Amino acid sequence: MGTLAEEIFSRRVGRQVRAGEIVVAPVDYVMSHDNTTPIAIESFKKLGMPIWDPERVIIVFDHMIPAPTRQAAQQHRDIRDFMAENGLTTLLTDGICHQVLVEKGYIVPGGLVVGADSHSCTYGALGCFGTGMGSTDVAVIYATGKSWFRVPETMRISLHGHLQPGVYAKDACLALARTLDVDGATYMAMEFGGEAVDGMDISERMTLSNMSIEMGAKAGLVEPDERTLAYVAPRARDPFEPVYPVDPTYAREVELDVSLLEPQVSCPNEVSNVVGVTEVQGTPLDQVFIGTCTNGRLDDMAIAAGVLEGKTVNPNTRLIVTPASRDVYAEAARLGYLQTFMEAGAQVNTPGCGPCIGRHQGVLTAGERALTTQNRNFKGRMGDPTSELFLGSPATAAASAIAGHIADPRQFV
Amino acid sequence: MARAWKLHDNVNTDEIIPGRYNMTTDRASLARHCLCEVRPDFPAGVKPGDIIVGGRNFGCGSSREHAPIAIQTCGVVAVVAPSFARIFYRNAVNIGLPLLVCPESERIEEGDEIEVDIAAGTVSNRTRNEIYNVEPLPAFIGRIAEAGGILEFIKTYGWEGVGA
Ligand code: SF4
Repeated sequence: MGTLAEEIFSRRVGRQVRAGEIVVAPVDYVMSHDNTTPIAIESFKKLGMPIWDPERVIIVFDHMIPAPTRQAAQQHRDIRDFMAENGLTTLLTDGICHQVLVEKGYIVPGGLVVGADSHSCTYGALGCFGTGMGSTDVAVIYATGKSWFRVPETMRISLHGHLQPGVYAKDACLALARTLDVDGATYMAMEFGGEAVDGMDISERMTLSNMSIEMGAKAGLVEPDERTLAYVAPRARDPFEPVYPVDPTYAREVELDVSLLEPQVSCPNEVSNVVGVTEVQGTPLDQVFIGTCTNGRLDDMAIAAGVLEGKTVNPNTRLIVTPASRDVYAEAARLGYLQTFMEAGAQVNTPGCGPCIGRHQGVLTAGERALTTQNRNFKGRMGDPTSELFLGSPATAAASAIAGHIADPRQFV
Repeated sequence: MARAWKLHDNVNTDEIIPGRYNMTTDRASLARHCLCEVRPDFPAGVKPGDIIVGGRNFGCGSSREHAPIAIQTCGVVAVVAPSFARIFYRNAVNIGLPLLVCPESERIEEGDEIEVDIAAGTVSNRTRNEIYNVEPLPAFIGRIAEAGGILEFIKTYGWEGVGA
């Protein structure tokens, strides 16, 4: 008996556990990327133990790829050398870590995966307990295959009703961030459900789960259903058995009717600083960015291409589109979306994190303003500390790129 | 006796060490850029033994361990705040940077002379002549902290040492 989080940990450790208990549990996979692996390697060496299972340690190059500086190239070199020395063979360079782990079947319902990246909570969209930790915790998992977890209390989030045309999972998520604030779910698991979530496809659920950390949560879970199984069955690398909540007791329940929601925009510099798009429309923009682990998937590309079809990007702004993975990129090319973007005047980047962390492929200078589909608008995240970031859906982003200022996407859908 | 560097609520790890400056594991370089954009006076002004006093939800955002490493390398001996974000909290405990959960820390002002007594669980404000209590660490976290971090804990006890 328990929430989805409690049930996942109970099965892992072979006894019924409750929120608040500390457990040591084995993970299915551990992931670190080009930014967090270097420190993990240092900590792993200090530990002086061998790798637990070379098949289950996944390294992804996504945060600085293709290498923008010699320093980054050297870090890639060092990681490759470490992998060779330790018999590690899973190096993925196909896109953003969270997207490729899901696409390539490492994530299954009932699973437990730790990533050295805060958005590892994205895996919750498939009913897998995914959570982020730092490099040293991850180094311990490289060596032991296990970590300690405080079984979290659960906040049940019920999204009722149906989203209007032009309003998406991202908008629901931003509205939730306003309600809960940036630490409303700290140390807790969020469990998403309700009519609106039932109606969402996996990509949209990934947007919800991805942003749960922006409210402080440790995991953002969605109970598996037919859609989950249909998505996972052809890709799962390991046999799996889904886990479901059983007579759960929630620490808190939050209800939100999304039927009347308008497109939402998060304003600088805090994710919870959210208003309806009509309150900020007209704000001039220097840059618009569509991509990231939050909104860089095929449906996001389709939505943006739908808005941009036959239109041009305003000369006062620049539009950057970065598909989240090679699969998304290839499909978006095949379906003509990339062509639409390029004809509209967008710059299309290779898959990866791109400008999301302000290192390359679209860094902002002093005083510039951007609207982005990513998950956080922290001060200086995309470049200069005086630049400003607004967050919105791919539709809002595409509409804003055409207008040259923040615009309501509903006129285009 | 140490100087308090007072920061705002929701200090995120991008602010502690911006993404542009963490493509390295070089400790000195991380320390040089610690808080460089939100508190440009910090990297040059911080002295060994100083203390950071944060607002609620200190260390939210990215999982980058570069953040507590940068703070530790600056010589900061503890971070005091009413609450900490989860991943930062684990990271700091893991590398042996003491975090003190102190609900009354908002009474501390920028530049106050303060002293922390980790064993006693108190923060003394010499400037204001006040003493604030620190919430005790959960038992298991206390054991990791006592061992000097998670690596030492695992080397000494292994996971069997957890008793969970
Ligand atoms: S896209 Fe942005 S938020 Fe997602 S993993 Fe990359 S840097 Fe992090």
